[in-house]
Amino acid sequence: MKNMSKQLKSNLITYGIVIVFYLLMMILKGTGNLSSLYRGLLVPICVYTIMAVSLNLTVGILGELSLGHAGFMCVGAFTSALFSMLLRDSGMNSIVRFIIAILLGALVAALAGVIIGIPVLRLKGDYLAIVTLAFGEIIKNVVNVLYVGRDSNGVHVSFKDAASLNLLPDGEVIVKGPQGITGTPNDSTFTIGIIMLIIVLFVVINFVNSRSGRAVMAIRDNRIAAESVGINISKFKLMAFAISASMAGAAGALYAHNLATLNALPKNFGYNMSIMILVYVVLGGIGNIRGSVIAATILTVLPELLRGFSDYRMLIYSVVLIALMLFNWSPKILDFRSKYSVKNWISKKRDNKEEV
Amino acid sequence: MALLDVTGLGISFGGLRAVDNFDIHIEKGSLYGLIGPNGAGKTTVFNMLTGVYKPTDGTIVLDGENITGKKAIQINRDGIARTFQNIRLFKELSVIDNVKVGLHNDYAYSTLAGIFRLPSYYRQEKAMNEKAMEILKVFDLDGEYDYLASNLPYGKQRKLEIARALATDPKLLLLDEPAAGMNPNETKELMETIQLIRDKFDMTILLIEHDMKLVAGICEKLTVLNFGQVLAQGDTSEVLKNPEVIKAYLGDD
Repeated sequence: MKNMSKQLKSNLITYGIVIVFYLLMMILKGTGNLSSLYRGLLVPICVYTIMAVSLNLTVGILGELSLGHAGFMCVGAFTSALFSMLLRDSGMNSIVRFIIAILLGALVAALAGVIIGIPVLRLKGDYLAIVTLAFGEIIKNVVNVLYVGRDSNGVHVSFKDAASLNLLPDGEVIVKGPQGITGTPNDSTFTIGIIMLIIVLFVVINFVNSRSGRAVMAIRDNRIAAESVGINISKFKLMAFAISASMAGAAGALYAHNLATLNALPKNFGYNMSIMILVYVVLGGIGNIRGSVIAATILTVLPELLRGFSDYRMLIYSVVLIALMLFNWSPKILDFRSKYSVKNWISKKRDNKEEV
Repeated sequence: MALLDVTGLGISFGGLRAVDNFDIHIEKGSLYGLIGPNGAGKTTVFNMLTGVYKPTDGTIVLDGENITGKKAIQINRDGIARTFQNIRLFKELSVIDNVKVGLHNDYAYSTLAGIFRLPSYYRQEKAMNEKAMEILKVFDLDGEYDYLASNLPYGKQRKLEIARALATDPKLLLLDEPAAGMNPNETKELMETIQLIRDKFDMTILLIEHDMKLVAGICEKLTVLNFGQVLAQGDTSEVLKNPEVIKAYLGDD
C-alpha cells in the first residue's frame, strides 16, 4: 500500500542519515582531519542520540512526560561497569564482555523501568513528571551510597561505607560510593555506538509501526476509547516505558565504558541531564524519531563549537536553542520553509525542463 | 432468549440515584432505541453496560453470560462495542490505523514479532490491512484511509468511530448519539449506514438518539428513560404515541 512505502522511505532516510554520518566521521578520522576534541565527542553523540530516541518513546509515543530518564541511564551505567570490573581479569574477550555488559545494563534498567513504572504510570501529566523526577534523583542518590567489593569469598554489598564490606585482605572495593567506579575498561568505540544506535532505531521504529505501538499511541490519543476497544492499558503503557528505560540503560553502558572514572553526579545522572535529553526531544519534534537523532547530534556538538566564545558560550547556546525552536515550530517559518524547500526547488527545476 | 438481558440495573453516585431499576431485553438482530430527555441517565446506562461504571444493583447478561461488574476491556472481548457522544478517535493515527486498533485482539501477534518483523508480523498485518479496508469500504472511507483521523470532516469522524467499534467484532453495538451535530443530509446517510451494518454484519444495535426522525425511521423498539427510570417500553410507533412520553419530552400543558 501507498502509505506503507512512504513509511518505509522515511525510515530508510533515518537509517541513511546515521550511516552517512558514520562514514563521514570515519573518513575524517582516517584522514586525520578530526581534532582530538571532536574525536572525543563521537561516543557521547551516540550516547545522547540513543537517550533522545528512547525518551522520545516515552514522551512522544506514549505521551507521558518523564523527567527522570537519566536515572535509567545511571542504572545501566553502573550495572554494566560493575559487571565489566568483576570480569576484567577473567581473560574474556573484551568485545564479548562489553556486549554482555550492555545487555545486562539494558536488562536491569528495564527492570527498574517496570518497578518504577507500576506506581508512576497510574499518574497523569504533571504528577507523573514530578514523580519521575523524584525517582531519577533517588536512583542517583542510592548509587552514591552504594559500596561493592570483592574478595576470595565473593561479592559484598553495603550501603554504609567501604569498611563495613568486611573484605578479606585480598579484597578490592569496586564501587566506592560517591567516588564511583574507577578503571572501567574503555570498551566503547564510535563503531559500537553507531551499531547500538541503529539497533535502537530499528527497535523503536518497528515497535511504533506494529500492533503494540499502535496500541500505545491509541492510549496516548484517547485512553477511554482505547479501553473500549479492548486494549490492556496498563500492560502497553508499562511495556513502552520499560523498552524506553532499557534503551537508556544501554546508553548508560556505552557512557560508562567511555570514561575512566564513573560516578553519579548531578551533572551526568541528575535532573539536569534528564532535562537536557528532553530538550533534544522537544527540539527534534515530539514523536519524531529522526528529529531526535538530528537534534541530539547538533546540540551535543554545539557547546564545543562555541568554545571560542568562552564566557558567553551558554548565552549563545540558549539563543541558538530559541532560534532552532522557532525554525522548527513557528508557523510563518514553516510556511517559508515549505515554499523554499529543496524538494520544491528540485521539482520546480524538473517542471521547467519538461516545459522546455 | 434475548441477546442482552438487563434486569433491575441501578447505580448511585453518593446520594444521587442516577439510574434505578432499569430493565431492557434486546433480541438478536434488532435495532433498539434508548431515548429520553437530557440528564435522564442514558449515557450512564451505556457506561454501565460497557464497564466504565460498576452498577450498584442488577445484572447484565450478554448472550447467556453474566457480565455484570466486569472491566471495560473484558466486556469488549465478551462482545460489546460502543461509540461515544463526544467523538473519541485516535486523532494522531491514520484512518486505517484507527480501525486496526479495533482489530487489536483478533490479530494478536506478539510485540517481539512486531519488533523483529517475524513472518507472523507480515502475515497478520496483511490480513489486518485487508480486513480494515473491507470495513472502511462499508463506510465509504476507503478513499481516505491514509488521512489523519483528525483531518476527516465531522460526519466521517462519526462513521470512523462506528467502523472502529465494528472492527472489534462485537455481538452488540452501542451507539451514543450517532447523529449529534449532523445536518439532515448526513443524518439520512447515517440512517442508511446503520441499517446496512445491521443487515450486512447481522448486528444487534442499541442506540441513544435525540433525533426523533432517525429514531422513528430505523428503531424497531424503544425504551424511554426519564429521571433514571423507565417511562415506557415497546414498539416504536406505540411508544411515541404514549402521552407520558410526549409529556416528558414536550412538558405539561
